[in-house]
Amino acid sequence: MGLNLYQKVWNDHLVRQLDTGQYQVFMALHLIHEVTSPQAFGMLKDKSLKVAFPDRTFATVDHIIPTDKQERPLADDMAEKMIQVLSSATKENGIEFFAPKSGAQGIVHVVGPELGLTQPGMTICCGDSHTSTHGAFGCIALGIGTSQVRDVLASQTLVMDPLKVRRINIQGTLALGVTAKDVTLHIIRTLGVNGGVGFAYEYGGSVIDQMSMEERMTVCNMSIEGGARCGYVNPDQTTFDYLKGRERVPAGTDFLAAVERWRSYASDSDADYDDVVDISAEDIKPTVTWGVTPGQAVSIEGCVPDPNDKDGLEKTLINDALTYMKLSANQPIKGIKIDVAFIGSCTNGRLSDFQSVAAVISGKKVAPNVRAIAVPGSEKVDREARELGLHEVFEEAGFEWRLPGCSMCLAMNPDKLVGDEVCASSSNRNFIGRQGSPKGRTILMSPIMVAAAAIEGFVADAREVFDLEGAGV
Amino acid sequence: MSGVAIRKINGRGVYVEGNDIDTDRIIPARYLTCVTFDELGPALFYDVRFDEHGRSKGHVLDSPERAGAEILISDNNFGCGSSREHAPQAIMRFGFKAVIAGSFAEIFHGNCTTLGIPCVVMDDDHRSELSKLVTNDPALDMMIDIEQLQIICGNQVFPITMKESVREAFLDATYDPLDTLLASGDKVNAVAEKLGYL
Ligand code: SF4
Repeated sequence: MGLNLYQKVWNDHLVRQLDTGQYQVFMALHLIHEVTSPQAFGMLKDKSLKVAFPDRTFATVDHIIPTDKQERPLADDMAEKMIQVLSSATKENGIEFFAPKSGAQGIVHVVGPELGLTQPGMTICCGDSHTSTHGAFGCIALGIGTSQVRDVLASQTLVMDPLKVRRINIQGTLALGVTAKDVTLHIIRTLGVNGGVGFAYEYGGSVIDQMSMEERMTVCNMSIEGGARCGYVNPDQTTFDYLKGRERVPAGTDFLAAVERWRSYASDSDADYDDVVDISAEDIKPTVTWGVTPGQAVSIEGCVPDPNDKDGLEKTLINDALTYMKLSANQPIKGIKIDVAFIGSCTNGRLSDFQSVAAVISGKKVAPNVRAIAVPGSEKVDREARELGLHEVFEEAGFEWRLPGCSMCLAMNPDKLVGDEVCASSSNRNFIGRQGSPKGRTILMSPIMVAAAAIEGFVADAREVFDLEGAGV
Repeated sequence: MSGVAIRKINGRGVYVEGNDIDTDRIIPARYLTCVTFDELGPALFYDVRFDEHGRSKGHVLDSPERAGAEILISDNNFGCGSSREHAPQAIMRFGFKAVIAGSFAEIFHGNCTTLGIPCVVMDDDHRSELSKLVTNDPALDMMIDIEQLQIICGNQVFPITMKESVREAFLDATYDPLDTLLASGDKVNAVAEKLGYL
């Protein structure tokens, strides 16, 4: 029996088994940011410890950075302090810091891949649950807590229990207007928000094979929303083509040698899996959430569920979600009025996300009652989008084009919902209060669906609003 | 080693109902602007407990007879969502010493373990019985016995489960793994060298 990628990467990075039966595993790459890491440097200091592998550690700021103006000092004193603590801790410890205006700053899960720091076969960790994004390159990429950030800073290793591996085959061809975001929302909706607990997800099948790296990142990004600790795609020619020529990727013959090694991590054709799930591309429709977890989602052609079809706790959960969202049972999801439209985040804040929207919105206008913002995931994405003139297309349509950051994905910076506003959002979490107002309501969807909602002023089907075929999306 | 062994936890419980309680709800994102965890206790479940004017909504955690409860009980997939350690830190600093649920999200579970807060798994039937007991009698004491994997509450005994490796780590005080990890520096360097990361 062959091995799957998870097993191969695990075996290569294993240090030893501990007395408790758990394992100590080496981390090839440690990414840190201002929210969950400054405290870890404090813990290190308390124990008079140093960073063990500063060269394998990289820092950026993303969560708290404002996206309208980034002049220092920031208006929020605590936000300013968090950047300063991170900046001085990285300097003290010899860690490279992609500071604002350095040209390389951005959301940590956008920055790692675009610089080529993220490479196949690596173990990657970061104090952020969407670290699963990096799995798109064929990595074991894990979100960790601050005490574990401390452990990795001090030892470059983590205590781990091996995960089971579930292969998710997505076969067929996605219909026009169905995107990587719909694939991931569909998987979560099908397997449940805790269906992946104890598993790493290996995504494969013809749909994944045909996806670009950016699309694969969108899928892997939301593995965590399905309860899986991480998700990955086996490295292939698409992966190598993406990496070739990136700043931190070896060049020339070193690149060819690297490709050979990277390729060897891909799951063997006779690899063993703990579980296999088959999903047919034909079943996937543009998908949007109606509730307060990413699993509470429905096809754009569908209706909000009826709690009376369920009993027990499930009924209560649907009832609670409908009350919070101010929706009624059986109401069509299409037509729900929105106040805010947000395109960005580590799920959908990459160049191709903005390209696909720009291709369809030119000549259209955001509805007058809607506040629409587009937030590039990094300074590099911003630069490249501007070079293509995308920012102008967005601005002409009535979007604000912002500076890079996490923005409205979570409420740690000035971009927030107010009162019970409804936001059509390309981010990854629709939890109660996630976008900054304790009453704010989030509806997750793909970037082109956000654009459709922005233009209509209500949740709409992008396939009806835009000429997708003509735009070549 | 890292701390003291944790074998038994005694205290009163409080039941916070709900599946899929995420860490955004446990600690809203605006409380994450901090450079230490010291002040997080009062912000636990803030938006569930208080309205926009900071007035209490009469949440069970704020009922006077529950003050000082040591054991938090909830339902399935507790602690899902963001990996923020701020969530277990807030739970710990609020005064809880253990969490009982039907299941836990993995990152949350790992974070709690390192902090010395056992995440105890209890099946739906037993948990709903225990929550009823606790809800009816705020003064009721219980004991979580990690060695015997059971909870004794009043005259009842409930079975619990825990990941074996985690249970052992609590019993031999190795739940904070840093010292253990640092003990194998040579092996770590060897792996790094073999992989070409050095
Ligand atoms: S964009 Fe959202 S999910 Fe991604 S790192 Fe930032 S806050 Fe987290």
